[in-house]
Amino acid sequence: MKQFFYFIRKEFYHLLRDRRTLFILFGMPVTQILIFGFALTNEVKNSRIAILDNSKDEATTAIIHQLEASRYFDIVENLNSYAELEPTFQKGQIRLAVVFPEQFQNSLLHTNAAPIQLIADATDPNVANTLTNYASAIIMDYQNSMKETQDFPYTITTELRMLYNPQLKGSYNFVPGVMAMVLMLVGAMMTSISIVREKELGTMEIILVSPIVPIRVIVAKMVPYLLLSMVNIASILLLSVYVLDVPIHGSLTLLVFECFLFTLTALALGLLISSISDSQQVAMLVSLMGLFLPTIMFSGFMFPIENMPIPLQVISNLVPAKWFYYIVKDVMIKGTGLETVWKETLVLLGMLIVLLTISIKKFKVRLE
Amino acid sequence: MESAVKVERVFKNFQSGKTQIEALKDISFEVGRGELFGLIGPDGAGKTTLFRILTTLMIANKGNAWVDDLEVVNDYKEIRKRVGYMPGRFSLYQDLTVEENLSFFATLFGTTLEENYELVKDIYVQIEPFKKRRAGALSGGMKQKLALSCALIHRPSVLFLDEPTTGVDAVSRQEFWELLRKLQLQGITIIVSTPYMDEASLCDRVALMQDGRIMDIDTPKGITQKFSKPLWAVGAADMYSLMNDLRSDERVDTCYPFGQYHHITFAEVNQEIQGIEKSLVDKGHTNLSIQKIEPTIEDCFMELMNQ
Amino acid sequence: MSNTAAISVSDLTKQFGDFTAVDAITFDVKQGEIFGFLGANGAGKTTAMRMLCGLSLPTSGKANVAGFDLYKESEKIKKNIGYMSQKFSLYEDLTIRENNRFYGGIYGLTDQQIKEKTQFMLKHLHLESKADTLVKALPLGWKQKLSFSVSMIHDPKIVFLDEPTGGVDPITRREFWTMIYEAAHRGTTVFVTTHYMDEAEYCDRVSIMVDGKIEALDTPAALTKQFNAKGMAEVFVQLARKAKRSDN
Repeated sequence: MKQFFYFIRKEFYHLLRDRRTLFILFGMPVTQILIFGFALTNEVKNSRIAILDNSKDEATTAIIHQLEASRYFDIVENLNSYAELEPTFQKGQIRLAVVFPEQFQNSLLHTNAAPIQLIADATDPNVANTLTNYASAIIMDYQNSMKETQDFPYTITTELRMLYNPQLKGSYNFVPGVMAMVLMLVGAMMTSISIVREKELGTMEIILVSPIVPIRVIVAKMVPYLLLSMVNIASILLLSVYVLDVPIHGSLTLLVFECFLFTLTALALGLLISSISDSQQVAMLVSLMGLFLPTIMFSGFMFPIENMPIPLQVISNLVPAKWFYYIVKDVMIKGTGLETVWKETLVLLGMLIVLLTISIKKFKVRLE
Repeated sequence: MESAVKVERVFKNFQSGKTQIEALKDISFEVGRGELFGLIGPDGAGKTTLFRILTTLMIANKGNAWVDDLEVVNDYKEIRKRVGYMPGRFSLYQDLTVEENLSFFATLFGTTLEENYELVKDIYVQIEPFKKRRAGALSGGMKQKLALSCALIHRPSVLFLDEPTTGVDAVSRQEFWELLRKLQLQGITIIVSTPYMDEASLCDRVALMQDGRIMDIDTPKGITQKFSKPLWAVGAADMYSLMNDLRSDERVDTCYPFGQYHHITFAEVNQEIQGIEKSLVDKGHTNLSIQKIEPTIEDCFMELMNQ
Repeated sequence: MSNTAAISVSDLTKQFGDFTAVDAITFDVKQGEIFGFLGANGAGKTTAMRMLCGLSLPTSGKANVAGFDLYKESEKIKKNIGYMSQKFSLYEDLTIRENNRFYGGIYGLTDQQIKEKTQFMLKHLHLESKADTLVKALPLGWKQKLSFSVSMIHDPKIVFLDEPTGGVDPITRREFWTMIYEAAHRGTTVFVTTHYMDEAEYCDRVSIMVDGKIEALDTPAALTKQFNAKGMAEVFVQLARKAKRSDN
């Protein structure tokens, strides 16, 4: 047993003395969370809009107030006529114009149907789409509040509700994604590199020639990265909750357990990679191309799996990150428990057992 | 003499692309207990493969081998407890200190530095001043001594050293061989490989290896005595034209440059030397010297290669 | 061997902070000479050689390599020297012809010149049938001889060899040294760094560096006599044992 603990200690020395790598390992999740949270977001904030209010009544004023109060819009221009619209768009000063017709409140109260024109700069269709959606939602909100105060029995309103993420926050989507990415990278790539490095150094020959049992070598190689991954999980979760305001709705224990399970799977993959690579470069390349890319592409975090061609959908089932991503979304964001994610958990567990068995079998007691 | 290592008709092939490489072809030898045995041969002769088979890291295609009377395939676990091994290009953990490297390898073999201190004492006192230094910052000679200590730390009965002196300067090499002699006195069997022929004379017995075969096994003296012809060393001011002149002379059988001299043998065993000397003088060579010399291992190695 | 100097060095010094790696060395290498440059690990050999190849600027001192000033004309020096070491040699995954083409191209040879050189080299080494063989499929001895030939492809005035024959079988080794003799005979200056003393004995003259200084410089015969030794190994050990910093 002493052998084993000393081996782990040695691994920690390697880990702690390689300052640059260590810095990257700890820094990566933090920067990724921050980059995704603040820079690479598909949310639209403080978009500059113009208002053309031909009615100037109580209702339009109320709606304009609500638009202005929202963090999505900044009213920069109050226009007086249709003629001013085009030039304002052309100068690139605004991305959306809200046009109220004459007699707006009147029409609303009497005919129960008052049109509002939303004119968007569709050079970037995604942004245009998002903006019109936001604006419609705000207008709909107003209509609903009207309904409560003044009794319109038969008003039919379109209902738009954003489930689980009412503010349409991007962070709800990428926090689980970043977790999958970081855990896969730290687990698989670092474990495989640390084993392959021993092959390159020639120390693996001595370790093999020594009486130490191979399984202990394997476990000792995994322990430091398992711990490191747990630290990373903690930092990601803390950042999400306190900086990005992404709450953990479900059970924290379950969440940590699932992370643990996924990390072990990543470590087993790393072990497998180490048994097929002879140099650190190969190990790195295989981890990046074989694991990291599929994690990004097939977990559903960047590209929706439902939209993929069937063969790719089938392949995505082989990517552990896909299952992990489902689980984390369910547990963390939807707040469901093991009763909804037991199937995915079993899939991960199965993957872990298979991978671990193969890699332990493949771990050679000899050089060939 | 009881044997510490016994190798019987071992063959080993590797598949390299489409071609089969025969790394070892019919290797047999025995090493006695407490012997300092040298495997001498150039890169690619099969020395490392042979070491890997003996240290249970590879399995031979044919034939068998025993270390400490244990069979290398079936008893590999037991052998691994008893042998010390220093692979070629072995560089330890660069980011661990001298002390940490030592205690890691000690615990790996289930022992401590203190337990076998007597054995590594001579080496350890030399590296002790640097024990807090990281292995990566040691000089070549010191790294090699540290590696030897690590291989010795569990008091192995047989020590395998694969090219320990490659890339190390002459002073460190000399000190290293002195250390090996001291270890031998402690009863450890040592098998060492080297591509440098001049190190052969420092072993009790040597096997000369070339191209997967053992060409000869004997004591260094026994090997040089087998040299078939009288050997002469010839020197002159212009060594390059001397070599060309000697090689074009029909009376000369072989002519190899050997540093400051050319070593030559004659087609006739009783070749009269005056005639040769005269024709060299006639060709305008100055500072000419010809003397009969004892062959070195390297001379013998080349003679064996030519057979 | 003529009397013009191919390399002329005086008080050449290289300092890294407080550490003087090369300490005011002075020597001349004649054109067509085989010059052995010896020293223990850490004596400053590599640093000195790097400076001579124009890879690192000296802290002080003067040096002239192949007729060019080390400070001002290092690019011209690079065109006129060749370099070969046991570690750095040919691209294993290219054929002999492709390696030649690449190195010939680097030194600005024309296609015609490369073709002729390759033809000549293959014939000389009896490798005509192997021109389109990957280098990694060749035996070590051939690689070594080949990489020496490639380092000479641009007819350099000086060729630097770094431990050229380590690990090669004795016969190939002699063939290799025969090639070096031939090159020197044609007027190429050969600068060999090594810590194998049997390589040193092939040289016309050798210098031995200890702690950044050149402690001895003469023919191997004169040195063995001066130090009352049996061979260069003994001379070297006597000198290098005095070293204080070999383990820093």
